[in-house]
Amino acid sequence: MTIRELDRTDAPDAAAAALVPGAVLLDEHVPARASWSAVVAAGDVLTIVDLAGNQAVDCLLYAAGDTAVRYSAPETIRRQGRIFLTTGSVLRADTGQALMTVVADEVGVHDTLGGACSKESNTLRYGQHTRAQHGCMENFLLEGARHGLTARDLASNINWFMNVPVDADGALGIVDGLSGPGKRVALRADVDTLVLVSNCPQINNPCNAFDPTPVRMVVTRPAGRDAA
Amino acid sequence: MTSTIRATAARVPEDSGTATTAGARAHARAQHGQVAAHMRYVPPSTAPELPGVQPDDIRAAAVTWAETVAPGGYTTAVLARGTRLRLTDRDGDACAHLLLHRADSPHERLNVADTVKVPWQAYPTTGHPLLSGFGRVLATVVADSSRMHDALTGTSTRAGNQARYGAAEPESASPAGRELFTLAALKHGIGVRDLPPSISFFQGVRVGADGGFGWLGSAGAGASVDLLLHADTIVLLANTAHPLDPRPEFTCSPLEVRAWGAAPELDRLAAGELVGPLGPEHLQAIANTDADLRARGVL
Repeated sequence: MTIRELDRTDAPDAAAAALVPGAVLLDEHVPARASWSAVVAAGDVLTIVDLAGNQAVDCLLYAAGDTAVRYSAPETIRRQGRIFLTTGSVLRADTGQALMTVVADEVGVHDTLGGACSKESNTLRYGQHTRAQHGCMENFLLEGARHGLTARDLASNINWFMNVPVDADGALGIVDGLSGPGKRVALRADVDTLVLVSNCPQINNPCNAFDPTPVRMVVTRPAGRDAA
Repeated sequence: MTSTIRATAARVPEDSGTATTAGARAHARAQHGQVAAHMRYVPPSTAPELPGVQPDDIRAAAVTWAETVAPGGYTTAVLARGTRLRLTDRDGDACAHLLLHRADSPHERLNVADTVKVPWQAYPTTGHPLLSGFGRVLATVVADSSRMHDALTGTSTRAGNQARYGAAEPESASPAGRELFTLAALKHGIGVRDLPPSISFFQGVRVGADGGFGWLGSAGAGASVDLLLHADTIVLLANTAHPLDPRPEFTCSPLEVRAWGAAPELDRLAAGELVGPLGPEHLQAIANTDADLRARGVL
């Protein structure tokens, strides 16, 4: 397996990388297979950049003020009437509350049905020899623990840049992604939101083109918005 | 003080006989043995025999759980590995929202994402495993005369039912599924953090070519779905209108629940003799579950 680290000097500056203009509050690189988290304040915008293309970015959302209020895939897709996430999708908690909204998207289709990979689920999908591999659930547990979260708190997740169609007969699966190098999606926080990300380590299916690559996280504060 | 006591006592009819502790006790005890339209039958052998609800070859004495869940009601029980759980949409408008947690480690619970992803199939029916997030199977669907189910859009919420029907509280006429699940979970010492997305039976939803949802509704009165449990499991059931049900009035009918011991069927299932050959993912999940139970000394 080759893990490509991109030369950051080639990347545009953060203000140019952000899909929504504003003052840059944060600009971080998430290495291939690694985890990341941050609280995005209400009104601020998180741009996720798929630096090399076709990298699945698993994502959990919690209301920062009450982490029992957390992202719900069923609530989100039912309320919008469609399984895919893209511009306009309101990312809702299991209470119905809006946590974030997709305000810009250069891909058009993101998944929220497929859940996260783990050492254990990999044994079902690919065989026991894969149990040694690092997975998204491991990233979520470790990154979540930094915020007082446990296995109880892992519910629905989003897979940015991942493509999971449902066929007419119900067949469902992870297929080749529709993203490409440098493609971006931008999320505006509707409340102060704790964002947990696992930059998916998966090497057994097409979600990462069988080769995990780094992504970039840029948080901007749009002009005219008061400082928190 | 005296006048207050008189005022309270005056609200009870004079001939009720409940003005004394002996009278109140006799009044309360006389209620035992009454039957209601929606109730748990204890012992289960006292449940009415309903065609199709309980198989002919299962003696009433062998039933371990028998209950008629009210429309808008919930129920919960801990069931042993090897239990076969039958849910029946007796009148055609039940919707059985289901969550499963391992009794010996409730942080391991139904994971609907893995349940649709791992078997490569979004529409559960006979032969479908209900998976935890830890690579194990909690239950398998072993019979299904409905085929109208939904693993994608979850249960109803307080805000949703408040907007749809004007009320969502558990005591209201249109309780939200999440409110009912919360109560059921709290009975086991677990709470809202322990409520992941649920699966629902008897009200079908399908995904269109554009990713949008189509509502199928129910298969009609009398449909059943049977689950065979692979581990000791906390079962949470909420019987309430599906959140995508387009009917303007809250619409739900009773849910019949029957369970009985069927441990030998676990071996028949794994051998491909109960519902036919299982997929490799399903077989691996059974092997993982059995290995874990052996390690714990359960098997």
